[in-house]
Amino acid sequence: MTKEDIVLAIKDIIATIAPDEETGGLTMTEPLRDQIELDSMDFLDIVMELRKRYGVVVPEEDYGELATLQSCADYLAPHMADKELKIGV
Amino acid sequence: MVLAAPESCETLIIGAGMSGLAAGIRLAQYDHDVVVLDRHSLWGGLNSFYKKAGKPFDVGLHALTNFVPKGTRGRPLTRILRQLRIPYEALQLGQQWGSESAFPDVKLAFSNDFELLRSEVATKFPAEIDGFDRLSRYLADYPDLPSGGELVMARPRLREYLRDERLIDLLLLPILYYGSPTPDDIEWSSFVVLWKSLYEEGFAKPRGGVRTILSLLRNRYRELGGRLCMNQGVAAILHRAGRAVGVRLDDGREIRCERILSSAGFVETMALCGSEWEERFPAQTHAGRMTFVECISVLDRPVTDLGHDQTITFFNTSERLAYRPPAAPYDTASGVICCPDHYEDQDEGCGPALRLTLRAHPEAWFEMTPEQYAAQKEAAWRDGHAAILPFAPDIRPHTTFVDTFTPRTIAHFTGHTFGVVYGSPQKHPEGLTPLSQLFLCGTDQGFLGIVGAMLSGIAMANRHALGAASPA
Repeated sequence: MTKEDIVLAIKDIIATIAPDEETGGLTMTEPLRDQIELDSMDFLDIVMELRKRYGVVVPEEDYGELATLQSCADYLAPHMADKELKIGV
Repeated sequence: MVLAAPESCETLIIGAGMSGLAAGIRLAQYDHDVVVLDRHSLWGGLNSFYKKAGKPFDVGLHALTNFVPKGTRGRPLTRILRQLRIPYEALQLGQQWGSESAFPDVKLAFSNDFELLRSEVATKFPAEIDGFDRLSRYLADYPDLPSGGELVMARPRLREYLRDERLIDLLLLPILYYGSPTPDDIEWSSFVVLWKSLYEEGFAKPRGGVRTILSLLRNRYRELGGRLCMNQGVAAILHRAGRAVGVRLDDGREIRCERILSSAGFVETMALCGSEWEERFPAQTHAGRMTFVECISVLDRPVTDLGHDQTITFFNTSERLAYRPPAAPYDTASGVICCPDHYEDQDEGCGPALRLTLRAHPEAWFEMTPEQYAAQKEAAWRDGHAAILPFAPDIRPHTTFVDTFTPRTIAHFTGHTFGVVYGSPQKHPEGLTPLSQLFLCGTDQGFLGIVGAMLSGIAMANRHALGAASPA
């Protein structure tokens, strides 16, 4: 997966766990939690979906790396290079 | 379909009530090997349902508190729906018509619009409105999360804002009846949780009653692959070197697991761990004592035809608030009158009905002979309906069918000592017990109402089984 694909993957996960939020207009560099309503329970779901869909385990000390779409892409790229994008799972 | 219990699983959940099913959904969603066990053939626990004389009845649920409109952000109702991935519309909520807290000489009306309560206070207690506004502003920003540890009670804190004890009583009456395990007062963080869920948010009822919610939970759990095993009571929690390792069922079979989430209540859960633990947390000193008797009367006409259009009336027949275990089997000095039809968009249910809830003695109902038991149930209905005449119409001539549940009924379906409804005064919001890998959910966590019960199950599953860093 490219970094662009990873952004699509994260947006799709957000659309699944928070169907009432609009993901189309999300910017790359603003914190996700400043753009849409995501509490700590929702944030856990992003981590859990990454594990379920792509087998990527994000350790707790790295949760901060998932703050923006850009940091998600940068952080996850090495872990997801060999994975295939899954949309609408 | 009744599933046989397996020999082992990853997470075992004791109790198929709201909290256990919600926890189960969270775990099944993430492919955990999870089993929910319940001693009874029906799920729901304290909030269940049954058919009698061909009519569908609900137990427990008067109202779904915490009502907020679709799309409201960051509130318990919308948070649990998101976590469980249940669409808001699926609950088919109808809002209450209007409720009241009523004493002999003064009452406060409230609804799902906080402004009604505020205007009632302004009109009836004009000297107190500034204090009330200060209080409501303070509470609006106060986190509604339960806390454990030292018990700080609500009354002394309310006196920092309000001087008139009658107003404090009026505001406390609904709150105590909907969540206090403590006589005549309530622990502060629980007060805040209930203030928000009753007054800032409000009451609604799913079309179809508690069945609607329970079906959503059960179906979601099953479609995710969760296993639900009914008629499988837990006789003992097995542990080794301070760590829970499994359970023994009533029929003697054993299930091994990596962790247990128990919705049985703290004292009840520790009693399952053996006499050593039972003696350390004896029910006589650690269990709560607030329990209730409820008479459900089916009527030959709508309650509105008798001139009563309230949804829920919290009443108190004396000058000062009476909320404590009575000396007699039941006490009519205060209670709750609920008209289950007085919500928008409801179906027929059991027909026009009125429910009357009275405080009950925590032990007396367990000691009666069958004849005494039947006679006391009949007396509670008769005396209760005479006592509430200042607040509600006389339904007795129009009653076609009565069903009454008592602390004995509650104990039977929940396993709670004394049939208590709101558990022990000491809360365990972190869900921890003295044994590792044994956690609590539901009762005794300090989350209240059915939304609170589900939130508790979700938070504990996230925290203790899915590895969330922080609590809800």
